[in-house]
Amino acid sequence: MKQLIDSATIVMMVRRATTDVLSTMLAIDAEPGEAYTEILPPANTEGVVSFVGVTGAEWAGTGCLRCGSGSACQLAGRFLMTEFHHVNDEVLDAFAELTNMIIGNMKNDLELLLGPTGLSIPTVIYGKNFSTRSLRREEWIIVPFRCGDDLLEVRVCLQERQSKFSVTRYGKKQEFILGR
Amino acid sequence: MPFDLLIVDDSAAIRKILQRVLQKTEMPIGNIHEAGDGLEALAVLKANKISFVLSDINMPNMDGLQLLAQIRANEDWKAIPVILITTEGSQTKVMEAAHMGATGYVRKPFTPEQINNVLAGLTGSPLNG
Repeated sequence: MKQLIDSATIVMMVRRATTDVLSTMLAIDAEPGEAYTEILPPANTEGVVSFVGVTGAEWAGTGCLRCGSGSACQLAGRFLMTEFHHVNDEVLDAFAELTNMIIGNMKNDLELLLGPTGLSIPTVIYGKNFSTRSLRREEWIIVPFRCGDDLLEVRVCLQERQSKFSVTRYGKKQEFILGR
Repeated sequence: MPFDLLIVDDSAAIRKILQRVLQKTEMPIGNIHEAGDGLEALAVLKANKISFVLSDINMPNMDGLQLLAQIRANEDWKAIPVILITTEGSQTKVMEAAHMGATGYVRKPFTPEQINNVLAGLTGSPLNG
């Protein structure tokens, strides 16, 4: 499927939103690293991952934040001005809210290019040996940020909604249209 | 007379941050009530006399704009100032909120000064954070 906006523009939006949120709410000057893309699902991991769905009239996607559990405690601690030694409900809630703010601010930029856009309520997951999968093999743009000793990844996947595709029926290629 | 405030946000983290910001102002604050969504906020409004409402927009069960509509439609609550604090920054949403009777709008991420400035506008006196 074709990409809606070029990767460089998405990376720029992610960098702006992330550095803005981290500097305003956590007083952290995050250093953006080199962005890259990934199609294969990430390897099994330990830590915290949160997802927010973004959707427009003709497209849909997901924004995701991911980091190790120690980094999640550090970020939540800066956010709430409290020290956390292990991941608990407060850490997960703070991480979900950071995701909401970062992807929400990126969404505000996206709306200028793609029109009205909706945002879902964030979902946050914590575990010691888990993997995440998307149902489709789609390209994710990953922008890493160094926040002091901690590493935070912001991952974004945006695709045009598939409204029609071809199927082969009785040896003939036919168009199949999805109603919406 | 101290002001009783209601903070409405599905994020406990944001409610905690706003509590801290409000407690550092020189505004005379009485009780700070919390609600996790619009429905919980209506229950708090029914049981307490609230001076100001600070509310998120995107929340489960009842969102901030639906809550605002309920407040403006109720004789007892319609004069309560409602400040929306949200990541929603599109011009359309801001205009929609203004037309529905929102008193103020603060975009997340916010600084304590931004919250103080909005509250100062309501009370008519500068508040120090």
